Amino acid sequence: MKTESRLEHILDAGQFAVTTECGPPRGAEPGVIRKKGELLKGFVDAINVTDNQTSVVRMSSIASCVILKEMGFDPIVQMVTRDRNRIALQSDILGAAALGMNNILCLSGDHQTFGDDPEAKNVFDLDSIQLIQLVKRMRDEGSFPSGKKIEGSPRMFIGAAENPFAEPLDIRPLRLAKKVDAGVDFIQTQCIYNLDRFEKFMDEVRNLGLHKEVKILAGVTPLKSAGMAKFMKKNVAGMDIPDAVIKRLADAPKEEQSAVGIEVCVESIRRLRQVEGVAGVHVMAIEWEQKVPEIVEKAGLLPRPQVV
Amino acid sequence: MIMGQQKPIQVVLEMLAPYQKIVLVGCHGCVTVCRAGGQKEVEILASAIRLAREAEARPIEIREVTLERQCDPEYLEVMRPYLDDYQAVLSIACGAGVQFIAEKFSTTIVMPGLDTTFIGVTEKQGVWAERCQACGDCVLHLTGGICPVARCSKSLFNGPCGGTTVDGRCEVSKEIPCGWMLIIERLRSLNMLANYRKILPMKGWKTSRDGGPRKIVREDLSQ
Repeated sequence: MKTESRLEHILDAGQFAVTTECGPPRGAEPGVIRKKGELLKGFVDAINVTDNQTSVVRMSSIASCVILKEMGFDPIVQMVTRDRNRIALQSDILGAAALGMNNILCLSGDHQTFGDDPEAKNVFDLDSIQLIQLVKRMRDEGSFPSGKKIEGSPRMFIGAAENPFAEPLDIRPLRLAKKVDAGVDFIQTQCIYNLDRFEKFMDEVRNLGLHKEVKILAGVTPLKSAGMAKFMKKNVAGMDIPDAVIKRLADAPKEEQSAVGIEVCVESIRRLRQVEGVAGVHVMAIEWEQKVPEIVEKAGLLPRPQVV
Repeated sequence: MIMGQQKPIQVVLEMLAPYQKIVLVGCHGCVTVCRAGGQKEVEILASAIRLAREAEARPIEIREVTLERQCDPEYLEVMRPYLDDYQAVLSIACGAGVQFIAEKFSTTIVMPGLDTTFIGVTEKQGVWAERCQACGDCVLHLTGGICPVARCSKSLFNGPCGGTTVDGRCEVSKEIPCGWMLIIERLRSLNMLANYRKILPMKGWKTSRDGGPRKIVREDLSQ
């Protein structure tokens, strides 16, 4: 075992892992995080906290994760290279580890033009793959990129994202292979609605033997309505929602669409669980965290394993 | 070439408000090619300024000049004999030209009539686009002749990120082709996709502006 990560223990034991994500508040009120935590207790193995997703300023991921840690979770710190150069990244990695964080998700981050501060200067000193390399080096070699020795290296389970649905499609497994080369331990994918396409992606992942080197958690997001589905399909790059899924929602009366969305999500999880090389599921219920317990339960993923 | 774009006339007029007698100086270099600051643009801008000032009943005298290059000291010297007769200079060269005038003529007020935008190419008549960020450490041999620093909105070295659209555009704008999509297609057509499998390590940005203002000294030429 490389780390004290609860997620690593569960994956290492060959158990099907369940992670979720929680968006921090646009304010300094810690109660918002605690409330989300309370809803999720006992239903998931780890919670990601996003790092200023869509470039909208929110409470920092590390701080929010500390609040979740105090509640008994083993959270996953998301870290983007958009806002931090390598100096800040190294410092935040050390700080997160010192605060008891065992998991980190390495991302480049949404471009700042999407958020409230489109005039911000972006950083991108490193990209996500180079960030994986950085954390791995700090953890396994106990040294900074400068070559200087670290006193007390950060023991973190290293994650990254992958989007099987963004163009160029045939490159995505190769890009995953680069993340494996860089030293990633687990992957959480973009939300999967097109399961046929995802299965093709996994065929290629298995051809490359990557499923044996990295734990892949399949991402799912319950759709609240046909409107949300159409909006995401149109406005989120690399989001592949088949028309059949949208139709299924649209055919239901408006007040029942969210229930259909949950149903679709649960069915997806059941099917994803059968795909060879899928080691877990990552449920991203965007500002709908209260539905995660229901989804996890209906998908037959309870009780969650105990880790000593 | 270095691209520039004229500032809006209102902005220029505000800058010139305190003055009645100025030199408007263009450049025969890059900004002539990109039709932003050459002789023709000097003429047009001078007329526009004069007309606007006449309409305000505050006429302005403008001496129109276009230098061979504003970034070479020998050409700047052409202006020295008469600069003291004017209150200020409005330059429509790139930022280097404006600054070089300020540097060489210590008592002359100089103002920018252009915004310097990027190092780019003429894609077709009237369309220019960025190609280079002058990072000082070229990797084009590894990326099929397409620059990840200048062409990817996030300057990723191991792209593409998850934001490439179905038609190969960048998530930032439909107007921007995904730089990494271009790199991959090009590597594929050159049968060099193996290049993509190698991780490009973290880049040294010291050779870029991040190392402070840059300078090249060629001993063989500078004696």
